Amino acid sequence: MGPFALNEIVGKFGTYLIYLLIGMGFGASLEMVGFGRSTKLTAQFYLRDMTVFKVMFSAVLVAMVLIFGAAGLGLLDYDRIWVPPTYLVPGMLGGLLLGVGFIIGGFCPGTSVASLATLKKDALFFLMGILGGIVLFGETSGYFDHFWESTYLGRLTLPDLLGLPTGITVFLVTVMGVFALWGAEQIERAMRQKDGLEVKQISRWVSAGAGVLLMGGLAVMLIGQPTADQRWQRVAAEKQPMLDNREVQIHPAELRDVFFNSLVNLVMLDVRDEADYNLFHIKDAERVPLDQLEGLAKDLKAGPPGTIVVLMSNDETRATEGWKTLVGQGVANTYILEGGLNNFIAMCSESPFASIPGGDETLRYELDAALGHNHPTSNLREHGKEIEFTPKVKIEKQAPTGGGGCG
Amino acid sequence: MTTATHTTKNLPATAESDSKSQPRPFVNPYLGGLFMGVVLFLSFFLTGNGLGASGGLNRLIIWAIDLVAPEHVDRVSYLIHYAGGDKNAMDHWIVLMTVGILLGGLISGLVGRRVKAETVRGPRITDHQRWLFALIGGVIAGFGARMARGCTSGQGLSGGATLSVGSWAFLLCFFVGGYALAYFVRKLWT
Repeated sequence: MGPFALNEIVGKFGTYLIYLLIGMGFGASLEMVGFGRSTKLTAQFYLRDMTVFKVMFSAVLVAMVLIFGAAGLGLLDYDRIWVPPTYLVPGMLGGLLLGVGFIIGGFCPGTSVASLATLKKDALFFLMGILGGIVLFGETSGYFDHFWESTYLGRLTLPDLLGLPTGITVFLVTVMGVFALWGAEQIERAMRQKDGLEVKQISRWVSAGAGVLLMGGLAVMLIGQPTADQRWQRVAAEKQPMLDNREVQIHPAELRDVFFNSLVNLVMLDVRDEADYNLFHIKDAERVPLDQLEGLAKDLKAGPPGTIVVLMSNDETRATEGWKTLVGQGVANTYILEGGLNNFIAMCSESPFASIPGGDETLRYELDAALGHNHPTSNLREHGKEIEFTPKVKIEKQAPTGGGGCG
Repeated sequence: MTTATHTTKNLPATAESDSKSQPRPFVNPYLGGLFMGVVLFLSFFLTGNGLGASGGLNRLIIWAIDLVAPEHVDRVSYLIHYAGGDKNAMDHWIVLMTVGILLGGLISGLVGRRVKAETVRGPRITDHQRWLFALIGGVIAGFGARMARGCTSGQGLSGGATLSVGSWAFLLCFFVGGYALAYFVRKLWT
């Protein structure tokens, strides 16, 4: 399943060769549509030749349908590809500046490189300007660092923003994109007619292509994106042994140890019913129903480095289900409270609760009232009891994702 | 497609009768977009990264600065990230991608018979004016690309296809910026 750890498969040299070939494909596509000529690029902004818009949006739509189609079929892990993080205001200002630079200078960075390849002198001057602009940015960035880091919204995507399933968003973007391209065609024709320039009809092949694209978008919507269970199945072969070898079930005393580790950002997730949670839970543990864990995964992955997630239920069954959901989504450093809350009470309570019989995943301790975290046992800070345990927590980095065009 | 706007006046007078030296027409924009979209997808599928160009230029200039003033690189926080200490700014995939853009552009240009030393400009300005404005536009675009953490390729194409909210906002602003100024600089192009 893509993306691949190329360094391990083909080595550094092979990896760089692949990037060179991808760059060649990109450069060729820029040159062959006319992006090597500044007059053709800027004609976009005088509405006589909408090539820039047509090429860019058809490329974005094609790639989008392929990416989310492949993700839906389980061929590509969307969570592990680079999605430019949103720094909203600096990004918008940068976009404005690029638009301004484009209409004055006649290129954007990529097109100027492709243009230089065909020996256009204006591209050489534009490139020298870019290098100057970069130096200017590097030397002055100290003065607006604060602004540059502002409005950070992380890996925010359109489906998140719209609150729609990914497949539906992809389909809607495809429909709107095709409609926008059709609109661009109409504008271009009207302007050219007015100027007495040659007007071409939209070819049947282009219309057919638009139809195929729309069907692709529809297919992405129908396939949808993989469920939590499907995601777990994909990593099960690798991760199930960790469960079986009990590498991720941590002793209550280790939980306390982690709690006091100032280098760790501990997130305790209690996946029991509200009733049990209200009876007794560990102070600072947050109650999250199992079916809401999937939505939480993204935030956990975006959390600060050194985040440790510990799932807990009365025993281990439910917490293990939750563990599979999070691990399937690629959340690193996820653990299960060994023996659950029942074991926690047994190990940590100074004044033992009266135990009552019960089945799996029931709270087998009697409480007079719903104490929540008001019982001293629930407060990890107040435990003095020294208990021996085998440490299992290892802080690993999140699954790697690459960089985008920023390098 | 739109060869009507394609100027041929720079060609030698004999070229008219010699069709072999005429540049071939550009590829249909949708066909080009399809090809570019597939390349973009393959980039994500194989490597997890999208397409980019400004990142390679960024590393090229930082590498050059590191050659002449390494102690300066170690002082500026923006530069340390790329070339501080023993780090070689050029040892990065995006540099290879940028070289690839150059090679791919050259091959496509050779096939299309469009490799020709010339200055492409609007009819109402001189070559020198075109160079000056290319330089100014380049400075603004270079600064903007770093401000946006990516250019039209890294943000616009790659972020657009992966549905990043910031990238769609970027794209919108890119077109707003271009259209807002286009009228005032029309002498450069029309």
